[in-house]
Amino acid sequence: MAEQLYNAIFVGSIYALFAVGFALVFSVLDILNLAHPVVFMLGAFVALFCMSTFGLPAALAAVAAFLVTGLFGIFLDRVAFAPLRRRGAPPLSAMISSLGFAIVVIRLMELRYGPDLTSYPAGSLPQTVLQLGDARVDGLRLLIIGLAILLMAALTYVVRATQLGRDIRALAENPRAARLLGVDVDRAIAATFFISSGLGGVAGALLGFAYNAIYPQMGTPYELKAFTVMVVGGMGSLPGAVLGAYILGIGEIAALVFLPAELAELRDAFAFGLLFLVLVIRPRGLLGHRAVERA
Amino acid sequence: MDALGEFFRVYQTTIGVIGINALLALSVWITLYAGQLTLGNAAFMAIGAYGAALLGMRLGVPFPLGLMLGAGLSAALALPLGLAVFRLRGVYLAIATIGFGEVVRVVLLTLPFTGKALGLNGIPPLTELWHIYLSLAVVAYGLWRVQGSTVGRAWAAIREDEIAAASQGIAIRRYKLAAFVAGAAIAAWAGGLSAHLNFSIEPGDFGFTRAVQILVYAVVGGTPSVAGPVLGATLLTALPEILRPLREYRDIFAGLILMGVIIYLPRGLVTLAELRKTRRLQEIGAADVA
Amino acid sequence: MLLECDGISKRFGGVHAVADVGLAVASGQVFGLIGPNGAGKTTLVNLISGHLRIDAGAIRFAGADVTRLAPHALTARGIARTFQGVRLFKGLTALENVLVGRHARMRSDVLRRLWPRGVPDRRDRESAGLLLERLGLMRPQALAGELSYGDQRRLEIARALASEPRLLILDEPAAGMNPAESARLRELMRALVTEGLTIVLIEHDVRLVMGTCERVAVLNFGRKIAESTPAEIQASPIVREAYLGSEDAA
Repeated sequence: MAEQLYNAIFVGSIYALFAVGFALVFSVLDILNLAHPVVFMLGAFVALFCMSTFGLPAALAAVAAFLVTGLFGIFLDRVAFAPLRRRGAPPLSAMISSLGFAIVVIRLMELRYGPDLTSYPAGSLPQTVLQLGDARVDGLRLLIIGLAILLMAALTYVVRATQLGRDIRALAENPRAARLLGVDVDRAIAATFFISSGLGGVAGALLGFAYNAIYPQMGTPYELKAFTVMVVGGMGSLPGAVLGAYILGIGEIAALVFLPAELAELRDAFAFGLLFLVLVIRPRGLLGHRAVERA
Repeated sequence: MDALGEFFRVYQTTIGVIGINALLALSVWITLYAGQLTLGNAAFMAIGAYGAALLGMRLGVPFPLGLMLGAGLSAALALPLGLAVFRLRGVYLAIATIGFGEVVRVVLLTLPFTGKALGLNGIPPLTELWHIYLSLAVVAYGLWRVQGSTVGRAWAAIREDEIAAASQGIAIRRYKLAAFVAGAAIAAWAGGLSAHLNFSIEPGDFGFTRAVQILVYAVVGGTPSVAGPVLGATLLTALPEILRPLREYRDIFAGLILMGVIIYLPRGLVTLAELRKTRRLQEIGAADVA
Repeated sequence: MLLECDGISKRFGGVHAVADVGLAVASGQVFGLIGPNGAGKTTLVNLISGHLRIDAGAIRFAGADVTRLAPHALTARGIARTFQGVRLFKGLTALENVLVGRHARMRSDVLRRLWPRGVPDRRDRESAGLLLERLGLMRPQALAGELSYGDQRRLEIARALASEPRLLILDEPAAGMNPAESARLRELMRALVTEGLTIVLIEHDVRLVMGTCERVAVLNFGRKIAESTPAEIQASPIVREAYLGSEDAA
């Protein structure tokens, strides 16, 4: 039972790292970045590249994943979103543009690495198993949970306590006012994408480490779960995304534990059923404060 | 003439698929025209596909009746769904319909009589090309005429400015629901036709990816007129065939076309026709999709 | 009394946007509604037109209780409005905008149009064209989004008139108009009243309000602080303080 709990927290942590980047872009720019699963996947592959080609240890590879995908995120914005922002296009256009971008990149990765599972180099990942109480826990997963919490704490610090964070929050609240108040909008947007994609990339690398199996389409299932996470937690709310992620993680593992084997597929339905329920009953989600319904 | 006959025989399935995709694109177009972004039409397609196939195979229901019942079932589900979500704006509506789509997919994976993950096999190939194209012609014609009527204008008004539209005496909920339900029914009809064109169907055929694909047909083709979705579906379905030698890179082209259109020709490829009049890309790029 | 509001209140969070406001507009009147920015005028209009739900109070139109009705139902009963800052259907032509305005009075022609020869109701198109001419809009096929600001304002009025309302609410129709244009607006309003229309006018343009309104109500901080003839309102110290007081704070 305790093992399942650790598992749930692990799953929740990955969801959280993924969703928080997604939510960040949404809260600042009001768009759903459908290319986010791409940076998630790229992070895993960047780590692979660093470890197999340069022989870097996993820890450094993860750092590299963060930096490379962060920069890639800025590139993504320049190519797919910035031209639309310039002419004031509605959010749907941005979604579709990022979709096109994602299709291209994922396909390129499939051409390079093949659509099937790839593993990290043998022996490059720690294999310890710890005994905590009466549960046997994978040390790597525990480490990942710790890292995820650390990263989210770092994000909280940046958003609340730094000038950059204040700029980003101002931009999220009211873009026009922010511009008038002298916020360097371009820099704030670039920083938003750097942070969002970097976190997504690290999440992908960490997940890759945990399962030791990565593939170009690995981001898509997380993208769909991320919708639920954001809606449950409240669209546009970062703490909401984190909360939603853990609720989903725990809910899914609980569903797995309590459902008979034949109905295991319904575990996925749990996420979407929840999504649906929240949108219909309390569209604002738990911590959201954005207008979800039309006036 | 022989060459034409040969062409038909080789590409028969593709031509059929083009027609079905055009129907699906039109099903999304209606809701886009009324200002709603739905990603649930792949699920309605699934309901039509499974409905018609199961009714035909297990209960011996004649094909046309099976199609109608499938469409009817979809419409019946679309109504409460639409009521539940019509107030949600933009992105949230999209997400809600994605959620619905996933629930349907998972239910199909779980219900005993749907064949679960293996899907349904051995569906009799009852669909003829003329079924598909007659349906397409009827639907396209109907939508074209509706576009110029009070209903079409009401939808356009809702899309442009819902708050102002309400004050013009337009019952917003009723009109949005009508578009949503009509789209669901058309998608289901297309699904029923599709199931009897291919020999088998499985839940994975009707997921998020498919829903996005249908949306892309409509958006790339263009939203100002009925011709848009048909054009988009034709082009994007035929593209893999045309680019067969470049099979590996087809998706990349598709993705690039998608980005190019949405950034430079946001109302879709049909607006290229307006180039003759205005000669300036900026002018047609002025307005956006929805 | 054509329009009666009793004790209307609306809260957003902890703030009363409109608090206990009562109005009575007689048929054939031009009734002015003024007040400093943020006084709640537009919120009140949104409540009357059904776009917002009232928290407390009641609204009666032509004797019938219309408190909970949706905007389209109110339009069907004869209440039309324009919006602060113009909300036109920019992608539609001027003529189409007015045709949409007539929606409540048109029979649905969907079934007729399904036949290839079916033609839209010529009478509706003609009356829409006449309305456009009356409002000085000479290009019915122009896209609403491409019209000049003044034309857009007048198109919005034409659209509102297309529903053949008994009550027309104008929300700051003269904003951005030059004196010649607002004089024309004054003429139009007078003509409409002689034709039997009742008008509620929200405005900051003092001359327009004084020149057309028979009665004026003043809102401040969501409450009605005065209601009287234009002359008395102009002379009222309470009203002056409301405006000056808000200028001090600004």
